[in-house]
Amino acid sequence: MTLWLDTLLILVFLTNLRLLGSSRLGASVRVVALQGVVLGLLALASRGGDLTGHVLFLAAVSMALKGVVFPRLLFRALREARVRREVEPFVGYTSSLLVGAAMLGLSLWVGTRLPLPTAVASPVVVPVALFTILSGLFLIVSRKKALTQVLGYLVLENGIYIFGVALAQEAPLIVELGVLLDVFVAVFVMGITMFHINREFDDLDTEQMASLKD
Amino acid sequence: MQTIALVHPALALVLSPLLLGVINRTKAIFAGRVGQPLAQPYRDLWKLLRKGAVYSRTTTWVFRAAPVVGLAAILLATTLLPLAALPALLAFPGDFILLAYLLGLVRFFAVIGALDTGSSFEGMGASREVQFSALAEPALLLGLAAVAYHTHSLSLSEMISGLSSTHWSQAGAMQALLAASLFMVLLTENARIPVDDPNTHLELTMIHEVMVLDFGGPDFAFILYGASLKLWVFCALLTGLALPVRTGNLWIEVAVAVIAIFGIAVLVGVVESCMARLRLIRIPQLLVGAGLLSVLALVLSLR
Amino acid sequence: MMIVCLVLVPAIAGVISLAIRSDALRRGLLIVGAAAHTLLTLAAWIRRPAPELGGWIALDGPGLLFLSITSCLFLMAALYSVGYLDREVQGRRQDFEEAVAFSNAPEARFTGSLLLFHATMTMVAVSQHFGILWVAVEATTLVSAPLIYFHRHHRSLEATWKYLLVCSVGIALALLGNIFLVVAASRTGSGQESMLLAELVKQGPRLDIPWLKAAFLFFLVGYGTKMGLAPMHTWLPDAHSESPSVVSALLSGALLNCAFLAILRAQQVCAAAGQAGFGQELLVLFGLLSMAFAAVFILRQTDYKRLLAYSSVEHVGILALGVGLGGAASLGAMLHAVNHSLTKAMLFLVAGNILAAYRTKSIAEVGGILRGLPISGVLWVAGFLAITGSPPFGPFLSELTILKGALDQGRGVIAVFYLALLALIFVGMATAVLPMAQGRPQKALLGGDEPGGATPLRLGSERVLAVVPPALLGIGVLVLGLYVPPVVLRAVHEASQAVGGW
Repeated sequence: MTLWLDTLLILVFLTNLRLLGSSRLGASVRVVALQGVVLGLLALASRGGDLTGHVLFLAAVSMALKGVVFPRLLFRALREARVRREVEPFVGYTSSLLVGAAMLGLSLWVGTRLPLPTAVASPVVVPVALFTILSGLFLIVSRKKALTQVLGYLVLENGIYIFGVALAQEAPLIVELGVLLDVFVAVFVMGITMFHINREFDDLDTEQMASLKD
Repeated sequence: MQTIALVHPALALVLSPLLLGVINRTKAIFAGRVGQPLAQPYRDLWKLLRKGAVYSRTTTWVFRAAPVVGLAAILLATTLLPLAALPALLAFPGDFILLAYLLGLVRFFAVIGALDTGSSFEGMGASREVQFSALAEPALLLGLAAVAYHTHSLSLSEMISGLSSTHWSQAGAMQALLAASLFMVLLTENARIPVDDPNTHLELTMIHEVMVLDFGGPDFAFILYGASLKLWVFCALLTGLALPVRTGNLWIEVAVAVIAIFGIAVLVGVVESCMARLRLIRIPQLLVGAGLLSVLALVLSLR
Repeated sequence: MMIVCLVLVPAIAGVISLAIRSDALRRGLLIVGAAAHTLLTLAAWIRRPAPELGGWIALDGPGLLFLSITSCLFLMAALYSVGYLDREVQGRRQDFEEAVAFSNAPEARFTGSLLLFHATMTMVAVSQHFGILWVAVEATTLVSAPLIYFHRHHRSLEATWKYLLVCSVGIALALLGNIFLVVAASRTGSGQESMLLAELVKQGPRLDIPWLKAAFLFFLVGYGTKMGLAPMHTWLPDAHSESPSVVSALLSGALLNCAFLAILRAQQVCAAAGQAGFGQELLVLFGLLSMAFAAVFILRQTDYKRLLAYSSVEHVGILALGVGLGGAASLGAMLHAVNHSLTKAMLFLVAGNILAAYRTKSIAEVGGILRGLPISGVLWVAGFLAITGSPPFGPFLSELTILKGALDQGRGVIAVFYLALLALIFVGMATAVLPMAQGRPQKALLGGDEPGGATPLRLGSERVLAVVPPALLGIGVLVLGLYVPPVVLRAVHEASQAVGGW
């Protein structure tokens, strides 16, 4: 089981890396979708053998949402917006990856410092979760397009999800469903807002939104 | 000193040009051509060795020393590597750092040899070479450090023999990361696609080839031979770390390892046939990625 | 059943109003929903309802206090918004700030979102489970986003996007705090119950301290973003200035309190674990920082709605500072939450009247409110005096209590900073607000009675629904400044004691 867990976590890590270095919007959406599916599998793998209906149900819902529904929503936004399919970063791709390296270093350091009360199945759980959170935050601040910021938000959410899966097992079903519902609605509302942004500004570029400031 | 330890350097000396032949043949097959004979690299070397050398008046002794030092350093590197059960000629704690530095020495002399010509083209190639290898080296060293941690040894020979054949099932994730990272380093260090194109004649896009434009005759033969030996060293290292086969029979293991080395050569040929060269701006990303994979392998080995 | 009803009444009314075609009927439903909610809240004051759904939702001291604030404000906002929606021009119209045309979002969406917003805020107030609390706080963000984008032009869109993204990211970090809290509680072995507030408080001493501290930090940053604590307040001035004034009033008066309540819950657990000091120091730091940020931006503000928004940043800073100081200051903070909500909501509602009449948000272009809009003008000046902490209004009392708390504990430096910042803000607001009130109107004022809204406003012709709600709020603030009813004082005490104050 550890081997599976390791492999899945490394896949998550690789998807983050891909996102940091990717210049295509469409590819980024697909990578985030893949990450969502991997997370669902991770939730299954982290339980070892005992798969209850609760776990299976949650994993299925989260995979369906993150792997199918979100990418569809985002692709639809992409299609309707007819934006240029480039990510347009504030920070270049190579620099992004180097920042990624620094973030990985930070996550590893923090990972060794956090005293875990329960034994964790894989030594990379905490570093990968932190790295995913940091990548998400970095994507939000370093990319111009509204769509990429939503992707960053999803990645951030995914990182927190890894933490949840690894550390806080057995949360009540209603809470987990509530969280998923909130994330879903958030992406949905952001999708609608993106549609309006595109109509109002003729692009999804958030740099143009600079009329409100002091 | 055991005589048997001389077998691996001897194999490397004899077989390494064949690796280039195998790569070329693989590419030819993919392209639907017959391709050059497998022994063509040997013939090229022989042809070059019989020629005289021409030296530009602007060059100094550095230019003449570079090919020789490069070849000598890479020959020394072959003596540090075991091949399957064949022991290495030299083994001491920390020798993997010496290996990295020998490779660095090869590169250093290639670079100053290129700069010594005073040509802007060669200077450009040299600068790219340095930029990319600066990113490839951490990937290599961190990857080796991961193995060192995992096997609790600091010598290449012990690191390689410390990996058992059940290794893949125990630490598969780490192994896969390591292999992927080392393969990317191999492609970079040996100037293969997608990092560099060994066949190109456009100086603007070349890296390694543009650095050796001014060498001719025996000097160029040394450089070519050194390059093939370097490829052998990387293939042997990758084989040793990624394919630990333990049968108990020395010669079967050696045969498997040699086949694996040529298998890697075929893989390189396949990659060259399937991929286009990356834009220069993308190469650092590839290498930083390789470095991160090594870091993660290191973390996984720490458990 | 009662607490469930509190959530369900506005929720159902909201869903229904999304489907209603008739404007009059929908507006009626808004009033009825708000009034029913207030009546239920009143009933809860008379007889405290027992915990429901296995203790997951209950009304404790802090919850009831904040629920009552929300409910009162919402009733006033509902009354005001009926008048507001009535005078809003239908169809596309010219933007008064830039030469672009825009239209409103459908009114049904506005009313529906308003009611759903109320339901989610109620949910925040009654949640006793940290998971549900998180879900509710995030839900408030999502349902209030359409409210900010009611006027569909690019500035409000920009504000909505910032609000959505900054708050969602902040609240996502609070989710991490939730997970850390579970880890901190994993030793206590309470299993599924481990995220209940009461359980956590009971198990307090057995919680894992480093993880609890990490959790509190994430709660503070996460919910602090929503609350508008500097330096995570960046969304707040934009959202408050670009949304319709009635929404600004709710955002400032009710929503910030909800986020504050979430932080208080975390502080309750910290206090139970014997780590009250850790959380308090952080709260003091963020509190003073927020006040300082607000002071700087208030001093050079040119837009009166942004001025009020930064004043909200200042006051959440005061709230955090009060709870951070503990003791009497904590009591003052709870009282101040009530005072600030009433005052700020009143000011935003009046600002809505001014905006409707003057068609500008620029401080420099507004003059003579006292002449042009007599009732609004008086309320505007009174609101200014109240919000800056002048007697005889409520905020004076509560700010004084916080000052007393600081001095009682011998924290003179903090008290000096606190007073200096308050003085700075008083000066900043006075130089902006008083010239607006005095003098003569520079141009003909507009009443939006007819489509196109071009009727010159006559003296004393302010609409009843535009001035009665802020006037009622103003009377409330005045009463609280002169005499705090014992029943309110008891509730404030109970809330304060829950977080380790008096």
